Amino acid sequence: MPLVLEKRAERSAFIAIASPLLAIALTLLTMSILLLALGKNPLAALYVYFVEPLTDPYTLMEIAVKASPIVMIAIGLSLCYLANVWNIGAEGQFLMGAVTGSYLAVVTNGSDVGHWLVIVMLILGAIGGALWALIPAICRVRFGANEILTSLMLVYVADLIMDYLVRGPWRDPKGLNFPTTAAFDPSATVPVILDGGRLHAGVIITLAVVVIAAVLLGRTIKGFEIRVVGAAPRAARFAGFKSDRLVIFTFLISGALAGLAGIIEVAGPVGVLQPGISPGYGFTAIIVAFLGRLNPLGILIAGLFLALTFIGGEGAQISMKIPLDLTKVFQGVLLFYVLACDSLILYRIRLIGSQQKTA
Amino acid sequence: MSDQGSASHSARAPLLQAIGITKRYGSFLANDDVSIDLYPGEIHALLGENGAGKSTLVKAMYGLIQPSAGELRWLGEKIELTGPADARARGIAMVFQHFSLFDNLTVAENVALGLDGSESFAAMSARLAQVSRDYGLPLDPKREVWRLSVGERQRIEIVRALMQNPKLLILDEPTAVLTPQEADQLFTVLERLKSEGRALLYISHKLDEVKRLCDTATILRGGKKVATCNPRAETAASMARMMVGADIGEVKATTARAVTVPRLLIRDLSLEPDDPHGTYLRNVGVEVFGGEILGLAGVAGNGQDELFAALSGERPCANEDDVIIDGHAAGHLSVTQRRKLGAAFVPEERLGHGTAPRMKLSENALLTGHAASRMVKHGFVDRPATLKAVDATTATFDVRKAKRDPEAASLSGGNLQKFIVGREILREPGVLVVSQPTWGVDAGAAAVIRQALLDLSGRGSAVLVISQDLDELLEISDRIAVMFHGALSEPVARADATREKLGLLMGGASPESAKEASHALGA
Repeated sequence: MPLVLEKRAERSAFIAIASPLLAIALTLLTMSILLLALGKNPLAALYVYFVEPLTDPYTLMEIAVKASPIVMIAIGLSLCYLANVWNIGAEGQFLMGAVTGSYLAVVTNGSDVGHWLVIVMLILGAIGGALWALIPAICRVRFGANEILTSLMLVYVADLIMDYLVRGPWRDPKGLNFPTTAAFDPSATVPVILDGGRLHAGVIITLAVVVIAAVLLGRTIKGFEIRVVGAAPRAARFAGFKSDRLVIFTFLISGALAGLAGIIEVAGPVGVLQPGISPGYGFTAIIVAFLGRLNPLGILIAGLFLALTFIGGEGAQISMKIPLDLTKVFQGVLLFYVLACDSLILYRIRLIGSQQKTA
Repeated sequence: MSDQGSASHSARAPLLQAIGITKRYGSFLANDDVSIDLYPGEIHALLGENGAGKSTLVKAMYGLIQPSAGELRWLGEKIELTGPADARARGIAMVFQHFSLFDNLTVAENVALGLDGSESFAAMSARLAQVSRDYGLPLDPKREVWRLSVGERQRIEIVRALMQNPKLLILDEPTAVLTPQEADQLFTVLERLKSEGRALLYISHKLDEVKRLCDTATILRGGKKVATCNPRAETAASMARMMVGADIGEVKATTARAVTVPRLLIRDLSLEPDDPHGTYLRNVGVEVFGGEILGLAGVAGNGQDELFAALSGERPCANEDDVIIDGHAAGHLSVTQRRKLGAAFVPEERLGHGTAPRMKLSENALLTGHAASRMVKHGFVDRPATLKAVDATTATFDVRKAKRDPEAASLSGGNLQKFIVGREILREPGVLVVSQPTWGVDAGAAAVIRQALLDLSGRGSAVLVISQDLDELLEISDRIAVMFHGALSEPVARADATREKLGLLMGGASPESAKEASHALGA
């Protein structure tokens, strides 16, 4: 009795919401099997992963701090993906934003210039990320170069540029030769908004970005343009929308958001520019964008969930000696199931043969 | 006539019998207990509107799908076709409406790809030349397909089928892409195949053709067989009633129509194609007046798509004054700017070009309405306004749908086409360019759309209708011009536009020779 995928007449609104939940359930099942194979008690491990971090105000704040850059990047990426523009290089744009924004902090280090400094740094960071994203956008529009490859390759270039700066010209003279800049002055730091943790003003900016993106996509003609170009390119041209201009636009926005996330991370929780400021936020954001259905509110929820796995993974490593890499396995498996379950929105699974008996 | 037909039936056994064929897709019955007998030496018409189940039935006969219930009998013996190869092995061949040819390969290479490869390429080429000569279907085996006209491409498909020496040949709407003269040539070939004792199944919705060519007709409606009749004993109107299930209203032009100034001017428009197998537009020039419908005839692929893109602004023209809309040079303007000048466009493809299939109707109203219909305020979409546009279109053009604002793809072809045409007409455009307005649309919806086009021109708009359906153009146009190889003929007034004359123009004759020829035909 073979299974067939049958096209639905109309997309299923129920499955559109249920599919990520189904994907999460399947992921948990797979993880339990893996944990069993590692000789761990899956229930205990999953408790450490997903429940324990929610029981303590400090880890709750840490989840928000962790989710903030991921969500901000994922919002920008979702605009790209909705328009069928495949920006895979958010990690590089994140790093370049961190670098360009840090420039001011490095050159003004030690001279207290006032609190406007951090604001200018954030603006510079966004510009740096946007300009870095402009390179693959222009290559695609002018030369037809595949933006997946160019944007991805630029990640490694950005990484090396940052590496050179913190080992060379920007290295802290008093830093015992460690590859890092001097710690940022208080005027070059994103302020903490709650005592007893690291919850910083960047989280509020992320929330604002989520709201603005929701309005942009749902209410404005620009958001409509983004969705039509992605969903039906020929109809979009007939509507008078120019896809080349939209490639530039979405790359600029997503680059700016990734860059902003980068400089907030450096000027906030980290406090210095150094290698390893990102545990792959730019790539995790790709998962979050799809897990959140390319929908701003969905991305916010998905980002918090992924942040939970990061925090929970650290806890599990400490208390149960579960390798941290399992967190990455978890995220990969999750993306796999999300994409698989998504096909159920447009298709339904049917057993053929059962129909004939009823006929 | 009908007595003779039944006499021959009793004398001979049917070649292929389909008995109680039922095909179910989900809850939808594409074929519901359809039975049909095909006799050797007979041309059997399969008639029905789009969606009546014709394609499903022949696909079952050609082994492309397995029926959910019912059986096929070949020479009285029950068979189960495992696939098209199985059908071909038994002697069933099919010529599809949409050709499966590789543009960059030669005629012979294309034919070789469809055969089993048991003979050498040289021998096959020789046989190809032989068959095409024998049946009066001239073809050069060494020519690449992209150099050929649509009629010639169809010849490849027919010759490929004949090289298998079939006992049954199925043809799916073969004249849809032909000029009247090419169709006549095809009928001669089909008559000859019939006289050789082959069975032919001829799918069509052109009733005049069926009356002229076919010995028997089976009529399908909504997946069910309505009747099997002798088309020569029926009238076109009686068969149309059986196909549609109701009388079709005739369209009427408004009586007092004032033809005013030219509102759409195309001046010496030349344009390179943007894909390698496209058509060059060569010095296309014509004026469309307010208050008239100008019909643009021509076999598909003669530059109609390129002209539509140049008129809509999807492709910019070379010169600013190549296209003039209501006095404004529009050749360099974008689609949106042309819409703001009061122009509206309806492309041929409903899904993916005229609409975004997976978006709601209100969003598809916004697709063309964002330019000039006050649906956008300060960059924000006025959603109530888009919904109002959907409601207005629904009410005026009787768009049937399951809910107020469904996805475009969930509508039937006819209802979606009514929505797309209605969406543009309700904007009261000064200039409307519409391509294939009733392609694949049921007769009722087609009548609504044609009437709407007539009414719009009656209110003073200039309407340009690009269509391959000559009957449609003769029904609604005031003047008709013909496109051939990217060039446009002088328009002919409807009163002078005979099918013969238009057919000759569609085949590339100059207007003068077409005039002489039609005089000669008339004499």
